[in-house]
Amino acid sequence: MKIRVVLAAATAGALALGLAACGGDEEPSTGPVSLRMTVWSSNEAHLKLFNEIADAYKAKNPRVTEVKFDPIPFESYTTTLTTQIAGGNGPDLAWLLENSAPDFVNSGALVPLDDTLGKAEGYDAADLSPSATSLWKADGKLFAYPFSTSPFGVFVNTDMVKAAGQQTPAELIAANQWTWEKAVAVAAASSAKNGKAGLVVRDFDYKNWDNLSTVWTGWGAQAWTADGKGCGFDQQPMVDAMTFLHNAIFTGKALPGPGTTADFFAGEAAMTITQISRASLLKDAKFGWDLVPLPTGPKGEYAVIGQAGLGALKKGKNADVAADFLAFFTNPANSAKLAAYFPPPRTSLLTAETLAKTNPLLKPEQLQQVVIDGISTGVVKPSHTGQAEIAQAVRAALDPLWKPDADVKTVLGGVCSAINPLLAK
Amino acid sequence: MSTRFWTGSRRDTLAGYLFIAPQLIGSVLFVFVPLGLVFWYSLHEWNVLADTFTFVGGENYQALADDPKLADALVATGFFSAGLVVLNLSLALLLAVLLNQRLRGTVFFRTVFFSPVVVSLVAWTIVWSFLLQDNGGINGLLETVGIDGPNWLRGEGTAMIAVIVVQVVKNVGLNMVLFLAALQGVPANLYEAATVDGASRRRQFLSITVPMISPTILLTSIITVVGSLQVFAQIAVLTQGGPGTSTTVLVYYLYQQAFQFHHFGYGATLSVLLFAIVLLLTLVQWRMRRKWVFHES
Repeated sequence: MKIRVVLAAATAGALALGLAACGGDEEPSTGPVSLRMTVWSSNEAHLKLFNEIADAYKAKNPRVTEVKFDPIPFESYTTTLTTQIAGGNGPDLAWLLENSAPDFVNSGALVPLDDTLGKAEGYDAADLSPSATSLWKADGKLFAYPFSTSPFGVFVNTDMVKAAGQQTPAELIAANQWTWEKAVAVAAASSAKNGKAGLVVRDFDYKNWDNLSTVWTGWGAQAWTADGKGCGFDQQPMVDAMTFLHNAIFTGKALPGPGTTADFFAGEAAMTITQISRASLLKDAKFGWDLVPLPTGPKGEYAVIGQAGLGALKKGKNADVAADFLAFFTNPANSAKLAAYFPPPRTSLLTAETLAKTNPLLKPEQLQQVVIDGISTGVVKPSHTGQAEIAQAVRAALDPLWKPDADVKTVLGGVCSAINPLLAK
Repeated sequence: MSTRFWTGSRRDTLAGYLFIAPQLIGSVLFVFVPLGLVFWYSLHEWNVLADTFTFVGGENYQALADDPKLADALVATGFFSAGLVVLNLSLALLLAVLLNQRLRGTVFFRTVFFSPVVVSLVAWTIVWSFLLQDNGGINGLLETVGIDGPNWLRGEGTAMIAVIVVQVVKNVGLNMVLFLAALQGVPANLYEAATVDGASRRRQFLSITVPMISPTILLTSIITVVGSLQVFAQIAVLTQGGPGTSTTVLVYYLYQQAFQFHHFGYGATLSVLLFAIVLLLTLVQWRMRRKWVFHES
């Protein structure tokens, strides 16, 4: 009997503690402040730069005794971040992927930044490109700073392409023939000649389908309408784009099929579509390479952008200090430093000369064509409120497409059937 | 006249409580409290990002009953469990019987079959994810004997089989060792008497070996069934629930709902369902022991 009472009391106490941890706003601390920021990069050069900026901030703000950068693996980044928040161990600041932007921005999880940025000395918020910030705004307020606005381009192993007797993409661009038809033809020929993969849509792996927006945007296709309510997968532009892609994979053998991996940066593919920030992987490349814009689609030239935002979490113990650090971290001087790795949203820094200083591996014309032109005209990868659930539904419904005998139109109709209820939420 | 408080009986009682205290405190903190919390969360809508925690009563349980994807998850779970239990137990018993012989090399083979048990599960699964690729090691081996292997992890029919086989190879050694220990505890005179009576090897196995090791069969079947219902890392690494939803087992579905889709309340409800299923199956197996377990010590 006594044991039963003790157990009941312990359980009730723990429940009460659990609930207390779930809610309750705390007064802002006035003592020493320690900030933690989650990032998905564990690159030593990145972390060194972040720590330099943090040291400068601490020197100006003695109350802030520590700024800790906490790398979380990219593959599980958003899930881990959400779990930390659920466990009452959320960071003060966090990098956010574009596909989770609507969830974080619209939920009220982030501190509105306009006032803090407006008060920050020399910040010049008007310098931020409106096209780069639009995804991170709600009700006219900015909730995260898009610290990396990185267009997708095509990295080319010119040695492989030349060995296959093909014109390089640079030559095709010069001849105004850099189209998707030509791109897959070069990829297929390279693959056949070299015994390596042709064109790899990096990180797609027949699961992360949003990376295919780097292809289908050339056909004018979109995953859903601008208001997020209408499914775009069963529309003709998407059917045409996916039919082209399906043929390129299963008939032309221009792309490695499902269940086959090939790393361009390890010399296993002739071309890859990825963001320019991957150029650092080519520092010690043993092959000739080039970076060119995405091929022209039936709808003409286009660009696709991947974004990452930096936000201060409202639930943090020192949300005001976190927002202040964010303003310092992203001021013009520090943005120029960060531009070494992350294309900035600041119009004043988006010049080939500025970017060339911090991206020595890329030529000024590559930076102009792929980065600057891409940012000014590009569309951001698909993002939607409840993106994770939609992404999973699309992934499962798209799986039947990745077979040689797939009926593209039927499969894409099935995708819309699967996600229409989620888009309507 | 005053009586002494610390009588011998009370000292013994206190000592008893002190001995069980660590286990009891651990159980309360890490078993009963989480169980209670999960049930409590299942009665709430918990939006982590918006920081709201709203009591919704039985709404999550109603959603569970109406969830069209739940049936797929249960079917996938049932298929995985059945495949794993049958393959694992039969293979473990076969290996144990084979390696219970007094022959040269049995120790080596026992070590070989047991060694995957001590390997990190995630590392093991990552290695297998490469082996099972379309152009991976398994199909390379098949090619040498003229077989064009399937794309194991991309086929709806083959993905689950691949996951089961990976798990069986990983853990069959544990059950094999348990069976080996049980086999070595069967009195030799029973076999001698059966041999004198003219019983065949098959009859000896069915009438002596199986009844004598039935407590171990019960133990291994409970462990394997419970383990099979909790499979997660293999699915997360190898298939992520696909292709389609063919390998989305209950635990992976729970993970998706709670941690990927941020439906923590509904995820907690799925946890309650999983707990109920595990409890029910364990009780059924425990009750069935009266019928088929030959003896219990």
